[in-house]
Amino acid sequence: MRDRQDGSRGVPGMDDKRRAFLLKGLQGAAVAACGGLVWAHLLRQEAAASVLALRPPGALPEADFAAACIKCGQCAQACPYDTLRMARAEESVPIGMPYFVPRDIPCYMCSDIPCVPACPTGALDPKLKDVAKARMGLAVIDAESCLSWQGLRCEVCYRVCPVKGAAITIQNHPRQTSKHALFIPTVHSQACTGCGMCEDACPTEVAAIRVINPKLVQGRIGSHYRLGWKSDTPITQQFKPAESSSPAAEPVPAEAPAPKTAPGMDILNQGLEP
Amino acid sequence: MPRQKVRLYTPPGTLGGKLWGWRYLILRRVTQVGVLLLFFGTLHWGWKVMGQPVLRGNLSASELLGVVPLADPFAVLQQLVSGHWLHTTVLFGAAILLVFYIFAGRVFCAWICPMNMVTDLAAWLRAKLGINDLFRLSCSIRYWILVMALVLSAWMGVAAFEWVSPISMLHREIIYGAGLGLTAALGIFILDLLILKHGWCGHLCPLGAFYSLVGKFALLRVRFDDATCTHCGECARVCHEPHVLNLKLAAERGKVDFGECTNCARCIPICPENSLDFAWRWKASPERRELPTRTQP
Repeated sequence: MRDRQDGSRGVPGMDDKRRAFLLKGLQGAAVAACGGLVWAHLLRQEAAASVLALRPPGALPEADFAAACIKCGQCAQACPYDTLRMARAEESVPIGMPYFVPRDIPCYMCSDIPCVPACPTGALDPKLKDVAKARMGLAVIDAESCLSWQGLRCEVCYRVCPVKGAAITIQNHPRQTSKHALFIPTVHSQACTGCGMCEDACPTEVAAIRVINPKLVQGRIGSHYRLGWKSDTPITQQFKPAESSSPAAEPVPAEAPAPKTAPGMDILNQGLEP
Repeated sequence: MPRQKVRLYTPPGTLGGKLWGWRYLILRRVTQVGVLLLFFGTLHWGWKVMGQPVLRGNLSASELLGVVPLADPFAVLQQLVSGHWLHTTVLFGAAILLVFYIFAGRVFCAWICPMNMVTDLAAWLRAKLGINDLFRLSCSIRYWILVMALVLSAWMGVAAFEWVSPISMLHREIIYGAGLGLTAALGIFILDLLILKHGWCGHLCPLGAFYSLVGKFALLRVRFDDATCTHCGECARVCHEPHVLNLKLAAERGKVDFGECTNCARCIPICPENSLDFAWRWKASPERRELPTRTQP
């Protein structure tokens, strides 16, 4: 830029009209970028809270659900127990979408699942026909406040569980003489639907069993661990003796056929097989 | 050119005359409140017709009489742009409303949207109190916000405007229970009253921008009769999108030919010469008139 002969500033060869046009375009783009970033930030904040929401049965994985739910509330209207509520602006879950709070009203797992066909967008997957296959969340027990863990006979969660004996089992822990045995409720993720009837029924002041998004508690073993005592675990690596430094090493044994029982099986881990 | 229709003359000072002048306003309020009431009554009082719930859902998506799906076409567009394919029910519902709005124009904004009652109240109060704009803003900024909504939907993978829409917050929280979302309506009331005249509906709202684009093809139009018009400017004074009452263009085309026209019909009863009225697009052409400046296409 330099001062022109007429006193105005600008790039030579660019008339004022063109300069004004380009500048205005740039300023418009700047406003759009600022606004867009704020807007995107709002959306990201809102979406980040989605792990706190328990969705209706058949809900797609959370990212897909968030994209597909049109926030119309027809699922909530179809629910005969008023379990589902539409998130208000001030609530700590993403706005406008259906969720439920089991301690208030759990999902009673209607066999005809009326909320699912009410959904016009497919955010609730109409392929779900068996409500026991729904995965709304996962029940988690806080051993420190669970009555059963204190040695009392409670097991209310086990008794109200609609997939009793599969989602929640009672494990008997005998203890030494003069102490009660413990009857410990144990949740099994492969059968728990996350309906929350256990959380609703739990007699403690704040529920000791609570349904939350499995992502917040579930770990994963990872494929690099081999449970050697499980005979169905494939053996992918043949261990060889360390190469000796002398050239006249003993010959490498030919590959042996896989043993009938798993190689790690011995008296210490018998009975651990599923 | 002789007047084709002669209206029953009612003295404007009488109650009947006033009501006749407010007929479209009254009709708009009836449909705005009525639609909300149908949603509310179906949910809370179990309203049924022939054993079917009357209107389930809300303005984002609904089901009429247990069979007809309806859906907000702009919400559905954002969802599709976000990369998620939807079920045919909601696509069909969006198509039904899209066809309806191609017939009727941008009527959602003036006849259905509950925010219209908020912004109308603000506009009325602003005129009573004589409040001036804090700044001026181009009324085409809404189209950029519309583009931004689609870009952000694609980028973030969710319907960007639906997640922040004050309109959706308003009708959702009226129907499903009041919460802080209603403060969005309060914010828009303050914007329209104190900051910018017709700030939300006339400048910012991307949903209105979407329906304005649809409204370009509208079949229902406000017909303009140049022969009787005295250019008194009453119509532009009551219009909430005054640039659509470009009378030169209206004279050329025989109608108000802008997508932004909400067919609210504020201008029709106010016109002392009855130069404005509803007409179908094909009936509102200036062919019988000779315009010296008009060139043959």
